[in-house]
Amino acid sequence: MIAFLIKRFFQAVVVMFVISLISFSIQDNLGDPLRELVGQSVSEEERQALRDEMGLNDPFLVQYARFATNALQGDLGTSYFFKEPALDVILNKLPATLELVIGATLIIVLVSVPTGVYSAIKPNSFFSRAVMGISIVGISVPVFLTAIGLIYLFSIELGWMPSYGRGETVPVFGSWETGFVTGDGLAHLVLPCFTLASIMLPLFIRLIRAEMMEVLQSEYVKFAWAKGISPTRIYFLHALKNTMLPVITVGGVQIGTMVAYTILTETVFQWPGMGFLFLEAVNRVDTPLIVAYLIVVGAIFVITNTLVDLIYGLVNPTVKLAGK
Amino acid sequence: MALLEVKDLEVGFGLRSGEVKALRNISFSLERGERLGVVGESGAGKSVLGFAILNLLSRPGYISNGEISFEGKNLADLSAAELRSVRGNRISMIFQDPMMTLNPVLTIGEQMVECLLAHHKISKQDARKIALQKLQQVYIPSPETRLDQYPHELSGGMRQRIVIAIGLLMDPDIIIADEPTTALDVTIQAEIMELMLELCERNNVALILITHDLGVVSQVTQKTIVMYAGRIIEQGPTKEIINDAQHPYTQGLMNALPQMGIPGQRLNQIRGSMPPLQRIPTGCAFNPRCNYVMESCKHNLPEFTQSGGCQVACHMVAEMKREEQAARLQSQEVGQE
Repeated sequence: MIAFLIKRFFQAVVVMFVISLISFSIQDNLGDPLRELVGQSVSEEERQALRDEMGLNDPFLVQYARFATNALQGDLGTSYFFKEPALDVILNKLPATLELVIGATLIIVLVSVPTGVYSAIKPNSFFSRAVMGISIVGISVPVFLTAIGLIYLFSIELGWMPSYGRGETVPVFGSWETGFVTGDGLAHLVLPCFTLASIMLPLFIRLIRAEMMEVLQSEYVKFAWAKGISPTRIYFLHALKNTMLPVITVGGVQIGTMVAYTILTETVFQWPGMGFLFLEAVNRVDTPLIVAYLIVVGAIFVITNTLVDLIYGLVNPTVKLAGK
Repeated sequence: MALLEVKDLEVGFGLRSGEVKALRNISFSLERGERLGVVGESGAGKSVLGFAILNLLSRPGYISNGEISFEGKNLADLSAAELRSVRGNRISMIFQDPMMTLNPVLTIGEQMVECLLAHHKISKQDARKIALQKLQQVYIPSPETRLDQYPHELSGGMRQRIVIAIGLLMDPDIIIADEPTTALDVTIQAEIMELMLELCERNNVALILITHDLGVVSQVTQKTIVMYAGRIIEQGPTKEIINDAQHPYTQGLMNALPQMGIPGQRLNQIRGSMPPLQRIPTGCAFNPRCNYVMESCKHNLPEFTQSGGCQVACHMVAEMKREEQAARLQSQEVGQE
């Protein structure tokens, strides 16, 4: 276990190095930060002087070395727009995004497991066929369309749900403000969470169904029937536990991907999270903020993948977490 | 009343291309403590028979006709819950491949205890104790540690012992063993077979042994059923069938056994192969492969003929019996005169 974590840590270092290198190297191609930073009235000489001062004219490796040294000390640069450390700006917005992802993940787990299991047990029922049909549609509809559709239906036509923002939030600790504990906050979470969940939900239902159907054909499930134990135990222990193994693997990667998808969801719902911030940063050519965002998202990926491997090791006894 | 009585059992598979019958006209009975061998080539319907008895056929298979009565009750009439109380409790099953039979993500203990708890109102601790006892009965070394191990930590032979222990957990009346040694290597095969024989004898358990190994059948069973293309073609006392097979198919199976002592001799085989269920020939299903095929074999289904203690479904045997009888009658008449 400890060996596994140590091994994972060194892998993470390598991954983070590569991510930082890539994200740092694309910043030159995002546009001229000076255009956004200073007004029209500043002359070309002054701009050049400012570039020199900011180190933007140095060779790439010098710039990267300077960035990496600072980054190792927790300094990912200062946002041009907010005039604050980029990492702080991002981390302030992190809770909003994480709550969105957690909400969506909850919806996915709570809906996809029962639906997938049911449609595997009764593949010919009307419900299963309907779910399979709808899930095809679900996979093909883009997120922003789902979001706009939900807003139109539930906010504009029916007026049941708020259409933007986080609503009332309560500080928990530090800068973490949660919307999970107030009615208003929860109401604001519903539509964005369903939108975000809609991307992965069909995929998960289909994956669980397919895996479950295969497991139900296995010898050990037949043997369990022959032992005379209850169907509930066969479906939800014998079969589901085996079904979940590949689902956990795929799920881990997908949660990371979902963080990336928050950019679209947050934009449509004006959700004050990292993704929304990132899009604004791109518009403002706020390169330190962009780089910081990419690195934070990279870190989230690495952490979720490690957690997923840990969980997988707990569920699957044939996996040893020792690390060779 | 026999312990298990199967009458005119017919199993159908509703396929898209139409319904096919995997079993037809299967009738046999089993007494308490009796051991029955079911032999035949792959595809004869042996395993389907095993699953049909416990109504464990997976879709699209189903029992389309006939009766399976256990202690006088037709298993088809039982509710799902009543059927569950028979499965694993009164009639248990041992599967072919121990590598696939045990759930890879549950410990041996969990898989044993759950079976006990499903049929008995006892505490987990007591269930564990019984499980431990059964593991000792199948000679598993250090059973205490095995209970907390997962299947992948054990060898194939060990796993099959555990599967047998699970089969014995509830002290069943019947064990259906579907090729219990096929997936094991030869030395282990003998050990496992010996163990099963010993346990069945000691606990007076009836055994239905499904196998294609005639050697095993001759050592373990008292009665034998030979199946071909979903039908019984010969049944009777194992000794008679082994020593004096009547049906050409059974003879072919016997001849196909490797003989000891003659090195370099080619193994005999029955030419051709078992027909697929959709294309079973009319008349006797074995007629295209039979060396003694006659005109009637191609048109009429042979009925059972009594021959010694055996019942044989073969036109040739029937004819021979008729001739024998005619000859006997004649000699009797001659004697009377």
